Amino acid sequence: MSAHAASHAEHGHHEQGFVRKYLLSTDHKVIGLQYLFTGMLMALIGGFTVYVFRMQLAFPGEEVPLWGRVTAAQYNALVTTHGSVMIFWVAMPVLIAAFGNFLIPLMLGCDDMVFPRLNRLSYQLFLLSALILIASFFVPGGPFGGAWTAYPPLSADPAYNATPWGATLWLIAVALEFVAFLLGGINFITTAMNSRAPGMKMFDVPIVIWMIVLASLVFMASVGPLIAGAIMLLFDQRFGTGFFNPATGGDPVLWQHLFWFFGHPEVYVVLLPALGIVAEVMTTFSRKKLFAYRTVIFTAIATSIISFFVWAHHQFVAGIDPRMAGLFTVTTLIISVPIAEMMFIYIATLYGGSIRFTTPMLWALAFIAEFLIGGVTGIYLGAAGSDVYFHDTYFVLAHFHYTFFPIAFIATFAGLTYWFPKMFGRMMDERLGKIHFWGTIIAFNVIFIPLFLTGAGGDHRRIFDYSLFPELAGLQGLRVLATIGLLVLIAFQPIFIYNFINSMFRGKVAGANPWRANTLEWAAPSPPPHGNFPEMPVVYRGPYEYSVEGRDEDYWPQHVPPDDPKRPAEQVA
Amino acid sequence: MGLPTGRLAVWWVVASEIVIFGGILGSYVMFRLSHDSWAEQAAVTNTLAGAFNTFVLLTSSLTAVLAHQAAERGDGPRAARLLHFTVLGGLTFLIVKAFEWTYEISHGYTIGSNLFWSFYYVAAGLHGLHVIVGMIIMLFVARTAKRNEELHRVENIGIYWHFVDLVWIFLFPLLYIAK
Amino acid sequence: MPYWYLQQASTFAGDVDNLVLLITVIVGFWFLAAEFIFFWLIWRFRARDGHKAAYVAGETKREKRWVSYPHYAVLAFDILILIFALRVWNDIKISAPPAEERIRVIAQQWAWTFVHAGPDGVLDTADDIRTVDDMHVELDKTYHFELHSRDVVHSFSVPVFRLKQDAVPGRAILGWFRPTRTGEFDIQCAEICGIGHGLMPARLIVRTPEEHRAWMAEASGMASATAGTGLVARVEGEGQ
Repeated sequence: MSAHAASHAEHGHHEQGFVRKYLLSTDHKVIGLQYLFTGMLMALIGGFTVYVFRMQLAFPGEEVPLWGRVTAAQYNALVTTHGSVMIFWVAMPVLIAAFGNFLIPLMLGCDDMVFPRLNRLSYQLFLLSALILIASFFVPGGPFGGAWTAYPPLSADPAYNATPWGATLWLIAVALEFVAFLLGGINFITTAMNSRAPGMKMFDVPIVIWMIVLASLVFMASVGPLIAGAIMLLFDQRFGTGFFNPATGGDPVLWQHLFWFFGHPEVYVVLLPALGIVAEVMTTFSRKKLFAYRTVIFTAIATSIISFFVWAHHQFVAGIDPRMAGLFTVTTLIISVPIAEMMFIYIATLYGGSIRFTTPMLWALAFIAEFLIGGVTGIYLGAAGSDVYFHDTYFVLAHFHYTFFPIAFIATFAGLTYWFPKMFGRMMDERLGKIHFWGTIIAFNVIFIPLFLTGAGGDHRRIFDYSLFPELAGLQGLRVLATIGLLVLIAFQPIFIYNFINSMFRGKVAGANPWRANTLEWAAPSPPPHGNFPEMPVVYRGPYEYSVEGRDEDYWPQHVPPDDPKRPAEQVA
Repeated sequence: MGLPTGRLAVWWVVASEIVIFGGILGSYVMFRLSHDSWAEQAAVTNTLAGAFNTFVLLTSSLTAVLAHQAAERGDGPRAARLLHFTVLGGLTFLIVKAFEWTYEISHGYTIGSNLFWSFYYVAAGLHGLHVIVGMIIMLFVARTAKRNEELHRVENIGIYWHFVDLVWIFLFPLLYIAK
Repeated sequence: MPYWYLQQASTFAGDVDNLVLLITVIVGFWFLAAEFIFFWLIWRFRARDGHKAAYVAGETKREKRWVSYPHYAVLAFDILILIFALRVWNDIKISAPPAEERIRVIAQQWAWTFVHAGPDGVLDTADDIRTVDDMHVELDKTYHFELHSRDVVHSFSVPVFRLKQDAVPGRAILGWFRPTRTGEFDIQCAEICGIGHGLMPARLIVRTPEEHRAWMAEASGMASATAGTGLVARVEGEGQ
């Protein structure tokens, strides 16, 4: 990616209009790509940090190539940076902001977001937040090392965390990032409510748009208390208050409530768009109507609502009233019902299909297969009785990587390979795509299945060297295996980057609708010009009318008038 | 959905602000219930000044409503004048607030004194920030309204101002009266 | 399974492991069934020449039962798991048997201090035995522990007991255990607590009553000989 960015920078010197066209653009597609590239660059940071600390775990005390010896303080900082970056600066911007910005106006059939300048401001704030986070690597004391959950008093007092500047910059960066996404979310919701193409009713909106809008709503409703908490924590760090300091009557557990009241819905904030992407890809490549479209939406709404009542399952052993923990066990197990139903619906969609194994489809199918593992292992942690043991072990870590990796990477790869022709007007290479797919998926399982076992064996999290714990000595082989998996996973990623950049310039020209899909973005030229549609589309039917009986074509785009059913969509380009 | 986009967006801004203030006030109430001793601290606050400020803000909301009515009739200059009155109300609020804070700080009740004062300064400070932002936006809106342009913005900024007002309606009893 | 790797050394360790086993059986069965159906569908409905996909909206009740019946099953098994999970939780955290002895556990960056009741079996008396980073308990005796933190949030974790509890500054959190196996085991800090989080291991030593008495006699003698100058005093000074 850096090569790409550099070539852009060079262009900036020659072309007058470059800055205005690419850096200060208000076009939703450009902003979407800005989010995408920023997210991918941040993923390099997130990937590098995990490389360093997994090497330390596999070979404690040895020199790590490209880094050197890892100290305990560095280890904490690396773990914290990996967690915060991957969730706040990779999953969020790519899944919600990049896909949301790029897809919402295109799939709704309008020319842009309703507030383009607000949209640009949102990206600029996001970029600023990323820069502040990166700046925190270079301040005296180094970056924050109190984990991405930032529990006070550790995060509140430099005497405890030894990172006076790192902790404050981390907090400011996270809060600023939240504000950026609040602004973006307002844009998404308003656009979806007010700018749909003529004829597009609520239940004609593609699932991915529903999901992104729902995710924005969940984000908006859950993040407020944490923004309030961040302000309070900032005052604790810098201005001598003691909101979270027991010595002045404050309460450390209050932060945990504010954090997880956001933190758990946050899982669904990134999960829902991922599920939406998977729905689009699966229907297109199985040539099937989505099974029970409305039920998908209702289960998504139910999940979103229940997600506000489960947060304390992160705090079963945190000193909360144990009777309350019982209550949260109930809500946590209940949330498995709508999510399981959604999984069943996706599986049922395949029934009677005609499945094509393109690269995006492989990613989408892998999402379901892998996410199921993440889903079922959550039961062990949601059940208070077994969480007493599993809490803060590698079992938790493996569980949420089986949810977050499918969300942030598998679904993202599905979306990127699926919409790449729309973004750049060219096809990606299928052979390289499949090599990258198999390498990534197999390596991913080699990393995290061993970590379930080390968690069950008692490995607790965020420990930079296990040699002090004799009971855990037998797990070293599994730790090494996980690290080997990671190295393989990383080794396969340059294939994707090469394929991505190379196809951008040299791929086969795609045409408007290479996948023969129904939704409106495929009615626009690839890549869509400023304003998206030469002729604004009108919607006649739902988004998933594939293989309709009595028609020659096995797809029926939303914008094609019913009186001319034989006309394919290609001509629009 | 019949709502104009601008107004819809303001409602969403208000919704996200409600949860932010909800987070602070919710935390405050939880603490307040378990710390009876805060009553003595709350007694130090100047209830009279707080009540006066409540009155000022309510009046400024009234002028914001009148500005909206004028804008509906297409009378931009009158709407601008009324908006200026609202800004004046905000200014009065801030000046009274400044005197209160000066008094309290000079008597040793600073943000670090104890948790009550931490909440007092952070919650009221955050609210004050919203007042300032509202006043600045309102001045811009008044400038265009004066030329009879973009009159729908008068209503939008009004919604925001009522929200700021409403937050104070919660803050005043919680910080000043509850003893 | 935890017991593949770790011994069970408390009364509730077996209950936790059985709950884990129960969840594994229930969830594992449904997980394998779902994955099997999923891959079977992928194979069965792969694109073949001359085959067109079916048009199934999935909106009628008859079609929907393919997802609604499994989801009632999920609900039913959820309730089953819930009952067992709450029973185990209740045993560990809510209804403790009466204490035979008390022990105080104090966490700080980055050490554990354990205050044992000493020969008289009563805490906060002159013969209390304070140790750093090793906890001595007697086999088959019900202990109530009182968990404190001097600085940040720590977590008192004893894997062989299947017990975990965060230590929160400003609070005294109560819990209980009853050791069922003699030996020497790990105690971990399971909540990140700063730079030395990984350097906070402690040892749990479970002895038979006779051996435990012998240890107490030895430790009391040492404590009176080195009072105020030993490691304990130093750590306490740093704690503030």
